[in-house]
Amino acid sequence: MGKKIVIDPVTRIEGHARITLQTDDQGVVQQAYFHVTQLRGFETFCAGRPFYEMPNLMARICGICPVSHLLASAKACDALLAIRVPPVAVQLRRILNLAQVVQSHALSFFYLASPDLLLGMDADPAERNILGVAGAHPELARSGIRLRQFGQQIIELLGGKRIHPGWVVPGGVSEPLSGEKRERMLAMIPEALGTAQSTLVWFKQNLEKYREEIRTFANFPSLFLGLVTAEGQAEYYDGQLRITDAQGAIVADQLDPARYAEFIEEAVEPFTFLKFPYYKPLGYPGGMYRVGPLARLNIAERCGTPLAEQEWVEFREIERGAVLSSFHYHYARLIEILHAIESILRILEDPEILSPHVRANAALNNAEGVGVAEAPRGTLLHHYKVNEQGLITWANLVIATGHNNLAMNRGILQVARQYVRGEKLTEGMLNRVEAVIRTFDPCLSCSTHAAGAMPLVVRLVGPDGALRDEVRRD
Amino acid sequence: MNPAAEVKTLVIDEMDVSARADQTILEAARDAGAWIPTLCHLDGVGDIGACRMCLVEVKGSNRLLPACVTRVEEGMAVTTHSERLVKYRRMILELLFAERNHVCAVCVANGACELQTLAQLHGLDHVQFPYRFPALPVDGSHERFSMDHNRCVLCTRCVRVCGEVEGAHTWDLMGRGVHSRVITDLSQPWGTSETCTSCGKCVQVCPTGALFEKNKVGTKLPKSRDFLMHLSVMRGGDR
Repeated sequence: MGKKIVIDPVTRIEGHARITLQTDDQGVVQQAYFHVTQLRGFETFCAGRPFYEMPNLMARICGICPVSHLLASAKACDALLAIRVPPVAVQLRRILNLAQVVQSHALSFFYLASPDLLLGMDADPAERNILGVAGAHPELARSGIRLRQFGQQIIELLGGKRIHPGWVVPGGVSEPLSGEKRERMLAMIPEALGTAQSTLVWFKQNLEKYREEIRTFANFPSLFLGLVTAEGQAEYYDGQLRITDAQGAIVADQLDPARYAEFIEEAVEPFTFLKFPYYKPLGYPGGMYRVGPLARLNIAERCGTPLAEQEWVEFREIERGAVLSSFHYHYARLIEILHAIESILRILEDPEILSPHVRANAALNNAEGVGVAEAPRGTLLHHYKVNEQGLITWANLVIATGHNNLAMNRGILQVARQYVRGEKLTEGMLNRVEAVIRTFDPCLSCSTHAAGAMPLVVRLVGPDGALRDEVRRD
Repeated sequence: MNPAAEVKTLVIDEMDVSARADQTILEAARDAGAWIPTLCHLDGVGDIGACRMCLVEVKGSNRLLPACVTRVEEGMAVTTHSERLVKYRRMILELLFAERNHVCAVCVANGACELQTLAQLHGLDHVQFPYRFPALPVDGSHERFSMDHNRCVLCTRCVRVCGEVEGAHTWDLMGRGVHSRVITDLSQPWGTSETCTSCGKCVQVCPTGALFEKNKVGTKLPKSRDFLMHLSVMRGGDR
């Protein structure tokens, strides 16, 4: 007799979600569903608002990655204005985006994922949080806090505040960088670089311990999608889309993000509010692809900064083709932190960065605009249509977590088949199901939840709807 | 006798004050250094007492009187701050917030908004009235400016500055009560107005983000009102 296992809510992710596992008579998991149970409605309620308000409005989607939405939205507005953003403004926007990559990755790795890695998947959930990490591995917890602080302070220096910064406007940024702020940012870099490097050393030394997780955490062939420069280098702000396959071969390259609708389609399933984008030519669900840190390191031909380049080469040697295990999202995140800090340094070293020419002005010139940026979690697309007054008539947002939706569902099934067995549920087995979701670092809403503070209820429900087993942690 | 030359003596917040007979309580209080909150009042244009933020207590009157349109009188005793006044002023602010859709976080005037400042000064952290959430339009038809009715508090500063200072009288009011709206010309899209000179005075004097310059979104100081005092002085006005 088959059973239904529900994990509700999933903890230590950004947002609200529930997992249902359907077992067969032998207690083997047959199907897994990742339900995103919240609906935000941004695409609907921005209708009627002036387009130049969109960057600030869209930044409110998320308290962790407001910068990504700010940038993708501002770029969509740049397209509506048909404007060329001054080069210095582009570089300043880049710094903001890279700082966000550092802080968001630090949050994901140190605050949300490291309790599983350091204290063990089977550890007491009361201890398995950032405070538990701080007790057992104070140095590592400190690294996480300092790296996040580095990113957040740069965002605050540029955008005025850490969460939901302004400053990025259609046509550029609202004010130039001052010499004093540049010096303050430069002063923070050596420590951040050292922290990123030492964390990578520690992670690589310990990689062997997670052999089992690496083997079973969403480890399967898929396509990978992300932005690259014309030379095939990893890119976070501009560039064109590239899609590679599990062997690492290029499937499609230099695709114009503005024409995403020609090669990406979004499927809808009745069990979740989150849509399922897929690569059109391969159909649904065969066109499954992954985005984010793992995808970016898989599609790129080089990193572009010296220290990260070395790490990237080592990373790509893990497998012959693309690195397929989603467990390595964690690894990729640490390499990206290093790359982002190096890139910020490189941009700040250019004296031109203080130039006052940071905003171009124009009236509305296009009725439709698409903006793209690499958010910490992957490729982010904003697509707007406006009327002749510049008021939004239609909006579509393709969010990184959406791109990964097919792979996350598949990953849950894989890990549940491996670990969830029999009549009795254990904490460790369910935590592994959650942990695979955490490797993707899904951002389901704009809110963070205090680590360890969310209750988890798991129910085993028989086909007749009767409760067979229940595990609860408060 | 010229009322300008006539002097009245009165008491404001227990201070003995003398004022010209043609002065309002608000003017006399300001001269004496007493602060009275205002929203629709604007130095340089006429007062209409629309917002009622400047209500004061006058001894011998059961009614609260708007300081901006009440002339001083001999022997008046005025109280500008009391528990009762604070209560009413807060209520006025709460009603303004409840009436339309004021979303400070994404407003162009965030940090430079008089309604927001007043709310902060009065410690407004919640609104006791249910929000109406009306579906109000944005007029983006003008080349340079936008009008967002969601943020309008009907202070009519735009109407007054356009009529009294610019002399165009593009802006006016239509409707009654909760259905009141500011309109351009004969309630037509701003961009099609034949009287608007695109001078932008209405935008600069608007206390909230209802009227704003399209390309000022995201800047720290979206409005500048200095021009009005310069104009008044240059034109020989005494306001």
